[in-house]
Amino acid sequence: MRPTRGATSTLGRGARLGAVTLLALLFLVPLYVAVVAATHPASAFLRGVPVLPGGDLLANGRQVLVRGLPGTPSVPRMLLNSALMAASVTLGKLLIAVPAAFAIGFFRFPGRRLVFWLIFVTLMLPIEVTFFPTYQVSVQLGLFNNFGGLVVPLLASATAVFLFRQVFAAFPLDLVDAARLDGAGPLRFLAEVALPMARPTLAAVAVIEFVYGWNQYLWPLVITSSPSNATIVMGIREQIAAAESFAVPQWNLVMLVALLALIPPVVVVVAMQRWFVRGLVFQAR
Amino acid sequence: MPAIAMEGLTKVYPTGQRALDALDLEVKEGEFLVLVGPSGCGKTTALRLVAGLEEPTGGVLRIGDRDVTHLPPKDRDVAMVFQHYALYPHMTIEANMAFPLRTRRLPKAAVRAKVLEVARLLDLEPVLGRKPAQLSGGQRQRVAMGRAIVREPAVFLMDEPLSNLDAKLRVQMRAELLRLQRRLGTATLYVTHDQVEAMTMGDRVAVLRGGVLQQCDTPHALYQRPANLFVAGFLGTPAMNLFRAQLAEDGQRLRLGSQQLPLPPEVLATRPALAPYRGRTVAVGIRPEHLALGATGAPATLRAEVALVEALGAEQLVHFTLDAPAQPVEDRAGRPGEEPAPLRLEQTGATGTARVGPDEAVRVGSTVEFGLDPATLQFFDPEGGQALWA
Repeated sequence: MRPTRGATSTLGRGARLGAVTLLALLFLVPLYVAVVAATHPASAFLRGVPVLPGGDLLANGRQVLVRGLPGTPSVPRMLLNSALMAASVTLGKLLIAVPAAFAIGFFRFPGRRLVFWLIFVTLMLPIEVTFFPTYQVSVQLGLFNNFGGLVVPLLASATAVFLFRQVFAAFPLDLVDAARLDGAGPLRFLAEVALPMARPTLAAVAVIEFVYGWNQYLWPLVITSSPSNATIVMGIREQIAAAESFAVPQWNLVMLVALLALIPPVVVVVAMQRWFVRGLVFQAR
Repeated sequence: MPAIAMEGLTKVYPTGQRALDALDLEVKEGEFLVLVGPSGCGKTTALRLVAGLEEPTGGVLRIGDRDVTHLPPKDRDVAMVFQHYALYPHMTIEANMAFPLRTRRLPKAAVRAKVLEVARLLDLEPVLGRKPAQLSGGQRQRVAMGRAIVREPAVFLMDEPLSNLDAKLRVQMRAELLRLQRRLGTATLYVTHDQVEAMTMGDRVAVLRGGVLQQCDTPHALYQRPANLFVAGFLGTPAMNLFRAQLAEDGQRLRLGSQQLPLPPEVLATRPALAPYRGRTVAVGIRPEHLALGATGAPATLRAEVALVEALGAEQLVHFTLDAPAQPVEDRAGRPGEEPAPLRLEQTGATGTARVGPDEAVRVGSTVEFGLDPATLQFFDPEGGQALWA
């Protein structure tokens, strides 16, 4: 006799729950260590890492945000730079990718397929292949060590074009016909029919690209030189160097900066989570 | 002046497929014209050509007094109702219906007034604020109609608009749609594969097959005098019984298998085209309702063996076999890819159907005699298929 379905599924659910909990803990431990570390004075680490959070969070915060570590760019400034950069990259990518995908997805023109594949192929190129040519071109275009240098070279996104094209390619043809009969031109169709219906994808791409822009490390490191253009993710490295120069290494402050760098992407993901998940599910289908 | 005039309208796809072959068809002012035919007969292509969603490869299309052959859809003054409604899912019902007006840059107040007026007409006022997904199939259908009506177009185009509804609602919406069309008086080109829908709704019905117009006439005329075997077999449920028979040299008798039917002189007199077939094979068609059971004094009788009886309540369908050869007709049931019935040998029985009263006692396996008036027979050329009248 077979076991009843209820029994197996309860057993299965228990095992799954256990596995998920274990994985979640695995991910949470480093985060927990960072949180605990950020709430203690630097001296606490001389006796190993404390287990419970301390009461120095506000003092540490003042230290990080107002005074900063010696010889490092200001943390609020780096946070602002990162936010501006990530937001600009996201917006720019959407502004470029949506019309590109719209053209490939809805219009018949000679070389349509070729254009799509050319864009698609760039998805497969490893970063290292394009890195130095991009640097060379950027510098010659006067994009070294300014905000433009942080944003412009990152704007073209094959991923975003590809995702939008997939949505547009699967668009119900009846709706295209209906809009044509209703007298909607291409731009009105894009603005009032295609984009509103692609909103989940729009949200998903926006989140992905914001996090992508925020997490840039190598590119800002290479293309900027002055502290006023530093971003937070590349800045953490310098924070570590500065913290280690103290007699008592200021690990608490480094951890706090790392936590601060984590907050904006988390806020964006959580805020758009509902749309984000739906967009990816829509893609999968 | 016709509302729509198609003159030699032709569509050949790049693959070489001839979807529509020199279609000549007119939709008169205020007329409800139904285009009917099996899948792939070109009816939807014809509709899309009129809408401007596809470019014809030949011919001329006029709407009213304008040549619109090469105009974009929006300049043709046509509105279309799609099979799957094609409502904008992210817009409210009101926004859906307002959309074709907004693209014309009409003032907001005028748009709203018009939408409200049409919503009232279609009983959609209570759902104006909802999204299409929150509506029933029938309501969505009405919204699709509403979106077409608000523009007050010269012509309505409808692509199987009722095929997504369940059977009961479909019958109800059929009447509703007709009433609406009568009230608005707008010329309508209506595409369907459902011959019942075509017969019940059309002022005239155009039967298409393989991109070629077979016949266009009133439902009554199509039923009474189908122009060829295809139309004869396509319209009517159950379909017309078609057999191969021998017309005697003197034209006074018809040999159906082992049986002889007497033909009174009027039969030949009213069908001059039949005369050359004396002494030859013809295809003969008998409508199921023209075969009567138990009727005494019928001018002719037909003996047949009962194979199956379907009691439908108000009537019975008696399926029988006869020792006459069947007349093959392609696409007879309108199903795509259906093979034409194989030509049967003289000895094997063809099948047929009779429509008889509900109280007749009919036993499966028994031999019955159907009464029949030879004047109701239809004759066709067995090869070319054309009807043999004048």
